[in-house]
Amino acid sequence: MGELEQKLVWHGRTKRKAWMVWGGWFAITLLTIYCWMEMTEDTIWFFVLDAPVQAADLIDRMFPPEWSYIHLLYKALWDTLNIATLGTLLGVILAFPVAFLAARNTTPSVVFVRPIALLIIASSRSINSLIWALLLVTILGPGILAGVIAIGLRSIGFVAKLLYESIEEVNGTSVEAIESTGASRFQTINYAIIPQILPAFLGITIFRWDINIRESTILGLVGAGGIGLFLSSSLNVLAWPQVTLIILVILATVVVSEFLSAKVRELLI
Amino acid sequence: MLKIEHLKKRYKTGPWVLKDISFEVPDGEIVGLIGPSGAGKSSLIRCVNRLIDPTDGNIQLDDVNLSSLSAGKIREQRRHIGMIFQEYALVERLSVMENVLSGRLGYLPFWRSFLRRYPEQDIDNAFEYLERVGLIDHANKRADELSGGQRQRVGIARALAQDPRLLLVDEPTASLDPKTSRQIMRLIQSICREKSLSAIINIHDVPLAMQFVDRIIGLQGGEIVFDGKPEALTEDVLTRIYGDEDWTSVKPDEDDLENGEAA
Repeated sequence: MGELEQKLVWHGRTKRKAWMVWGGWFAITLLTIYCWMEMTEDTIWFFVLDAPVQAADLIDRMFPPEWSYIHLLYKALWDTLNIATLGTLLGVILAFPVAFLAARNTTPSVVFVRPIALLIIASSRSINSLIWALLLVTILGPGILAGVIAIGLRSIGFVAKLLYESIEEVNGTSVEAIESTGASRFQTINYAIIPQILPAFLGITIFRWDINIRESTILGLVGAGGIGLFLSSSLNVLAWPQVTLIILVILATVVVSEFLSAKVRELLI
Repeated sequence: MLKIEHLKKRYKTGPWVLKDISFEVPDGEIVGLIGPSGAGKSSLIRCVNRLIDPTDGNIQLDDVNLSSLSAGKIREQRRHIGMIFQEYALVERLSVMENVLSGRLGYLPFWRSFLRRYPEQDIDNAFEYLERVGLIDHANKRADELSGGQRQRVGIARALAQDPRLLLVDEPTASLDPKTSRQIMRLIQSICREKSLSAIINIHDVPLAMQFVDRIIGLQGGEIVFDGKPEALTEDVLTRIYGDEDWTSVKPDEDDLENGEAA
């Protein structure tokens, strides 16, 4: 065995890379300082200094919650749950075919149909459900129906996107095997693809339902029904103890729905 | 009889994976297709049932020219060609029975298959095939509850359910232990004999191939370099197919054949 002529030294980064990393951090620091200055340009510092006093005052007025108000909220809460559930159902029904049109391995045409399906997904996802509700209240008038459709339209993109990704990940040889028996396109989807995506599909649906419960609590702000309607009217008359109660009710609902959704998805996986 | 004439295949602008392949498989003959990885074995059998489209050449099963059929027409012909896969390719979340019955899909309209309303005859046959492959007690289990060897038997039963005239078998034993491999090969062989089915079997395990097939075709670089009886597969031939190697330990000796156990 010959001795090594010189000890080999290993550097995690080359000199050039080290300088680039240092320069990068320096640039981020400068950017942070600049942004902070821009942000605080219009701040009236007197109000900021006053904030703790104001906050204490508001909290003082908000407590205790007006518990007697709760009997009016049951119906609104029920509406909210219905908006979320029916909206999810509508969204899922519409998303199902869209997902198959968007997935590379099931779309009838990668050139024509797939881009349209992707556009549907993108437009549904890019518009917040509050905006959908605002538009629909204008068209349909205020009420639960506008809320249901707003939630439904908003859900299409989310459900279709996650679903088409799981369609693209199915085991290809099972699909090949079903095709090789002489099965038609729809039979192949029915026998080879749907059984494979079913757990993901149910998981996505429950997950979206849980998100929709949260989203539907605020739809009332623009007149689309549910508990948000009460929140908005209480805010308008500065009835702070009622606002507190409503927020607590929303919090409880969301916690319960998240718990349910987590449990169900645990069972599926 | 399956007749392949001047079959050529290339993927997009890649190299030719099959260069001018011609051979015939008479009814009832079991052909073992051997060759190194990438020799084109998989492409060859997938051209036959048109899971991939051949670039050039003719493939004729009985009196139908498979290579020129449209996408709609090929479906009808696929019913007559059973395929068995390396990783079993079952739909794991469906029951064993549903997997076997899926071999009938080509014969059924969509709504019947969707509602699982199979003709009585199909169901009776499916039970018979499950009996034949020794899985009659597992009919209602989900496919992912079975062991590898059992899953491959379901794959065989599914191919049988098609009532095929030809079996295409892609590496049936590559994921199985030596004993199960032999049992599976023996099962495929005896089924072919019973129904005088012809079969093309892609296989890596040369001794196993020599034991269970009637004829061996050696593929190398997309060309046929050997076509003959298993006994004619000498060390020279193996070198021609796979390249230089010490082949003495690969040839099955008498012990192997008697014990039914390979190392």
